[in-house]
Amino acid sequence: MIEARGLVHVFHTKQGKEKTEVRAVDGVDLDVAEGEVVGFLGPNGAGKTTTLRMLTTLLTPNEGTAKVAGYDVVTQSEDVRRSIGYVSQTGGVFSGARAGDEVMDHGMLYGRTKAEVEKRGKELFEQLQLDGLWTRMPRNMSGGQKRRLDIVMGLIHEPTLVFLDEPTTGLDPQARANLWEHISDLRSKRGATVLLTTHYLDEADALADRIVVIDQGRIVANDTSANLKAQVSGDLVTLEVADATRIGAAADQLKSLAGEVEIAANTVSGRVARAGRAVPGLLRELDRTGIELESIEVVRPTLDDVFLTLTGRSLRDAEAASDAVDAAAVEEGAAR
Amino acid sequence: MRFLRESFIVFRRQLRMNLRNPAWVIIGMLQPVLYLVLFGPLLKGLVNELGYVNAYTFFVPGLLVQLGIFGAFFAGFSLIGEWREGVVEAERVTPASRTALLVGRLARDVLQLFVQALILVLLGWAMGMEAPLKGVVFGIALTLVVGGACAAASNALGLATKSEDVMAPVINMVMMPVLLLSGILLPMTVGPKWLLNTSDFMPFRHIVDAVRTSFLGDFDGSAIVWGSGWAVLLCALAVWWGTSTFRKESA
Ligand SMILES: Nc1ncnc2c1ncn2[C@@H]1O[C@H](COP(=O)(O)OP(=O)(O)OP(=O)(O)O)[C@@H](O)[C@H]1O
Ligand SMILES: [Mg+2]
Repeated sequence: MIEARGLVHVFHTKQGKEKTEVRAVDGVDLDVAEGEVVGFLGPNGAGKTTTLRMLTTLLTPNEGTAKVAGYDVVTQSEDVRRSIGYVSQTGGVFSGARAGDEVMDHGMLYGRTKAEVEKRGKELFEQLQLDGLWTRMPRNMSGGQKRRLDIVMGLIHEPTLVFLDEPTTGLDPQARANLWEHISDLRSKRGATVLLTTHYLDEADALADRIVVIDQGRIVANDTSANLKAQVSGDLVTLEVADATRIGAAADQLKSLAGEVEIAANTVSGRVARAGRAVPGLLRELDRTGIELESIEVVRPTLDDVFLTLTGRSLRDAEAASDAVDAAAVEEGAAR
Repeated sequence: MRFLRESFIVFRRQLRMNLRNPAWVIIGMLQPVLYLVLFGPLLKGLVNELGYVNAYTFFVPGLLVQLGIFGAFFAGFSLIGEWREGVVEAERVTPASRTALLVGRLARDVLQLFVQALILVLLGWAMGMEAPLKGVVFGIALTLVVGGACAAASNALGLATKSEDVMAPVINMVMMPVLLLSGILLPMTVGPKWLLNTSDFMPFRHIVDAVRTSFLGDFDGSAIVWGSGWAVLLCALAVWWGTSTFRKESA
């Protein structure tokens, strides 16, 4: 359904006389098969939205080509638009218009009849728990309600290929779970293909068949969640000893399994391949040598660990760094 | 057919939003009334010197074109608001024709202008304007074409600048020479030769001339041809410009 090769987009921004060039997307290849749900993961500023805007024909790539639903995004953009649904990161419902009117007009611009869009719109309102908000203006809705309204807009014409840009930002846990279910249904009931961006590792983990990780405009990983996790060498085992003086002995025991360990006060941790098999032996050995444990923790690798292994930075660090850059830019702007 | 349907959907949406804010509609309607009632009498004493017999027959056509130009110039501001809320991007991701996205908006502006023009002309007649129906119909039609052109240009400018702060001075800069050189308030012929010659380069002056002569019932001169020519040309250019801004990425 999606076949992108070497996509590049460069933004030119001017601040006073200073011109800067941002290679927001820097050579992205992406393939998504029909019926797949693909999670597009990356820190702030990685280029997720820019990639999506190129695939949805809103931006023209500076380099590279992409076919979406079988059509070229540049030369057959109208056919592409007819075949897709798009929920943008910031939404697109006018705050001073009635929600139902906006949804219906949007659906009718796809060539649907009034009756069709009204029926489908009311269905979606119910499924996304927006009952009773049909005639309300978005300016009088909560953030999470507005977000769900954006999603209704993107799905009103029943597209078979859906682009969702951070669909769950601002949703409470219950609404998030509800939306996850809806997205799963899109595939299982309608056979739709979904490309969704997210910062939430658990979200990508739960929804996506395959995860594509983007960092600084380049794809750094592209695999199933299980395979990505397998790249991280082993599960994280953390031992907390009751007697801090025995920490050295405990560390030696763990080192024999993990190779490398980290010691902090009375805890020691290290990565152990297939910890489920190794831990019982470890416990027996600790017991035999009389080392008493306060606790033991085994954590399966998360996508955060994967990101760390791939880029040398944790997702959180990457976001903090990008925030710091933004903050610096703001300060710089204020100083002018 | 599809184009008309899409334009109509956009038009209906715009109209709905306009009507939700009736204050603007009322101000828009009041404007021609105020001009006619408060400025018209000032011309009464001068009109003979300008070579006209009836002050309103002279003044209403100029006012008509002024309404068409200046009201429409501000159409782009509301588009900036819509762009900021992501509405333009949401419309651009649908398969709707980019021209329809523009034309639907123009239709709203032209409709508003049409109602204003009707009020103006009816009031003008009530106050003693002498103009044949045929001339008035032609004059209004020409005004609507000019209004459409200005609204299209304003929408294009709004989408190109994406900022009220940038757009407002640009509009002001354009409006000044248009107002001064088009002979809307006083005919250019009363001024010195060099000013008249300069105003030859102002397309809107030819349009004002055309509307004025058509109100006098005179369809023979070259004024009508020049005026209509300019109006159609400006409209075509502005719609092309507007469409291309809707087509282009709003990076
Ligand atoms: N309109 C624009 N003009 C200039 N630079 C832009 C523009 N849009 C995005 N950028 C820059 O391009 C880069 C990629 O931005 P993009 O929005 O694609 O990131 P993202 O992965 O979607 O991030 P987030 O998780 O914050 O949504 C960033 O460095 C951003 O500052
Ligand atoms: Mg984004």
